Amino acid sequence: MADDILELSGITKTYPGVTALDNVGLRLGRGEVLGLIGENGAGKSTMMKILGGVTAPSAGTIRIDGEAHASLTVAAATRAGIAFVHQELNLFENLDVAANVFIGREAVVGGPLKLVDNAALRARVAPLLTRLGADFTPETLVENLSIAQRQMVEIAKALSINARVIIMDEPTSSLTLTETERLLQVIADLKAHGISVIYITHRLGEIMTCADRVVVLRDGHTVGELAREQLSHAVMIRLMIGRDLKSLYIPPRQAPRAGGCDIVDLVTTAFPDRAITLSVRHGEILGLAGLVGAGRTSLARAMFGIDRVLGGEIRLDGKPVRVANPRDAIRQGIYLIPEDRKKSGLVLELPIRQNVTLASLLGYAKLWLLDRAAEEKTARAQAISLSIKAPNVDTAAITLSGGNQQKVVLAKWLSMQPRVLIFDEPTRGIDVGAKAEIYALMRGLADRGVAIVMISSDMEEVIGVSDRVAVMHEGRISGVLEREQFSEFNVLRLAIGQTPEPAEVAA
Amino acid sequence: MMKKELGLFVLLIVVSAITGVLNPAFLSSVNLLNMANLIGLFGVFAIGEGLVIITGGIDLSVGSMFALLGVVFVDLLTKYEVPWPLALLLVIVGGLILGAVQAFLITRMKMQPFVVTLCGLLIYRGAARYYTTDTTRGFGYGDEADTLSDIASGHIAGIPNTFIFLIVLALVMGVVLHRSVYGRWLYAVGKNEEAARFSGIRTGAVVATAYIISGGLAGISTVLLVFYTNSVSPSSFGNFYELYAIAAAVLGGCSLRGGEGSIVGIVLGTALLQVLQNLVNILGIPSSLNFAVMGTVILLGVLADQQLQARRRIAAAAAGSARAAAASAVARGEQRA
Repeated sequence: MADDILELSGITKTYPGVTALDNVGLRLGRGEVLGLIGENGAGKSTMMKILGGVTAPSAGTIRIDGEAHASLTVAAATRAGIAFVHQELNLFENLDVAANVFIGREAVVGGPLKLVDNAALRARVAPLLTRLGADFTPETLVENLSIAQRQMVEIAKALSINARVIIMDEPTSSLTLTETERLLQVIADLKAHGISVIYITHRLGEIMTCADRVVVLRDGHTVGELAREQLSHAVMIRLMIGRDLKSLYIPPRQAPRAGGCDIVDLVTTAFPDRAITLSVRHGEILGLAGLVGAGRTSLARAMFGIDRVLGGEIRLDGKPVRVANPRDAIRQGIYLIPEDRKKSGLVLELPIRQNVTLASLLGYAKLWLLDRAAEEKTARAQAISLSIKAPNVDTAAITLSGGNQQKVVLAKWLSMQPRVLIFDEPTRGIDVGAKAEIYALMRGLADRGVAIVMISSDMEEVIGVSDRVAVMHEGRISGVLEREQFSEFNVLRLAIGQTPEPAEVAA
Repeated sequence: MMKKELGLFVLLIVVSAITGVLNPAFLSSVNLLNMANLIGLFGVFAIGEGLVIITGGIDLSVGSMFALLGVVFVDLLTKYEVPWPLALLLVIVGGLILGAVQAFLITRMKMQPFVVTLCGLLIYRGAARYYTTDTTRGFGYGDEADTLSDIASGHIAGIPNTFIFLIVLALVMGVVLHRSVYGRWLYAVGKNEEAARFSGIRTGAVVATAYIISGGLAGISTVLLVFYTNSVSPSSFGNFYELYAIAAAVLGGCSLRGGEGSIVGIVLGTALLQVLQNLVNILGIPSSLNFAVMGTVILLGVLADQQLQARRRIAAAAAGSARAAAASAVARGEQRA
């Protein structure tokens, strides 16, 4: 097509022993939003590395504006107007917005002194921010910005080099609902300006909203290309995993039991003037929805003893428990599967075995000396029951995929006696197949009587997995929904602090 | 993990063999036993330093601790005529207390280890010099501590007691570090303090213990060093020794980022440093080049180790088990490069 800004054909990339991409084609029209989906390991990242000029393909051609290249360099990609907004943002927190946008391309004054002309940088960044509808100024330090705002900075950076193609890799994985909506608007605006976007995500709902066309990768092959009118969750999921995914919701085998965890007037350090009251029964999965920053993670941290509790109490089966630190929480059977598994959930460099036993080491020791055989036995049993895919339990956690890493974090707690499990964004960055496994595990635990709190910003997950949903807004619980009240609309209303009744907006 | 230690051991043997060929005096029993004595002296506090480095911290204060504890120790024996077992105990307790104070500042007051122990280095040295008005403390002609002196600087079957003590200590600490719950916690905290805390480990206590052990071992080392030199000059006694300890630990495979290192490595690192010092003397290299030789070898050693590790990582990635896992490992390698 003459209008194609970018065309890849026959792209193959082999690493020693692995074929990451096999004869993949991809084209991108001007002002087109292309959704790129696939499970982890399907080859999306490799594809993006080739486009960014980080890696050279083993075979195939890259055509930019009709001109063929065997491979790109980073400089050539930038010249061609290809820009990235990464999943993990690459910004300098200690610098202001303007300095970040023009990093490496600073305007200079003072002749040979080459002093940075901050005023000029700021003047050039300001219109870009206005165009993106950003609520911060070029002088703002990046460390004071939220993740969503930082993403705007990255996009401003892309605009500043007159990017024609912006590649977004899981841009919404840390964004709240409203921030996600805002980003989708920005994408629509970019599109209107003739800028093309390649949008990589696990969140199919967003693809439905913004993509003109979707390419599905599986195991290094293009397995499907869908036009906008062909898009549906079922079709996309089927292509990604090559089979139909069962409905997310697995009903509990029995009604929630008596007892559980009651949070009574709990005051966290994040919102010292708000008290939280919330209950979760044994055997139920309580979804905890809300905008990022609404206090969900603060609540989890307080329950797990990471943050100090300023007031109120936590009761387990009616009895108040003191949770001053994670040790107290763990002793009570309150466990946290943290949001950032690489940072807080795992010691990545240690083997699976050592990660699994880390929280209960004294149970594997006599006179403080470790019984490695016992550790190995437990780790093996967990690896089998959670079907962790690894050569053996002495494999370092760092080499595992996201889903398997999350299972190792789970294995750590399941090898003990969980009574309350708090999952904070349990499936972030995890592929569809592994997600379903994690949901099944959660349900299995609930059926065994564990009280489960699942913090999630993924609407499909909140609605699809929970038995009840509590929604937080600015540090308090703005409402609790029963299954029959579940709808994206109701959750959203509560998340922004309104009542769930669709009063004036419904019409 | 033992590959690193094996490499270091081979290096030690090769360096020794070459030196031995160039000058057979290197392999004379007098020289070897003298080296063994020095390895024993330096190894004890290098192990303490190693523990601290595994937590991701650093202890710059040990050299000055020797001066302060050293003058106190000599005075206890000569001026106050305290019985030697009590003096020994007091000095070790003194080391433990100094370590505990630093640990408190680091883990509770959240100060940086470098800053705290740098100030320790300055304060202890200053205190020792002020207390003695900069005069050297020594044992007169009396027999204040003959028994202890015999233990500290004596030998069994020709082997220096300091060396025997180091081997015993290394065995004990080896078990503690590589086989005990505490050791596992230490590595976990060193690698990822947050994940360790989220697993219910009292990370502050684990880190503090490392500094306290380092202080206690510094106390023991003080006594061994005092009987090696027989006098304590407060402005120079133990000067720079913390750097020997850090160098030995780094050479032995400890990463200053924490979470890596082994007791065998630290002991081999200490031994290699002493062999290098000895080699400078025995090969007639100007002794002014002593530090330069040491610095060069550490630099080359760490560089070679990193290169080998990078190569192993790539090989491991290539061998890749699961396809996806391998692909992502390669991707990570690229990002690092």
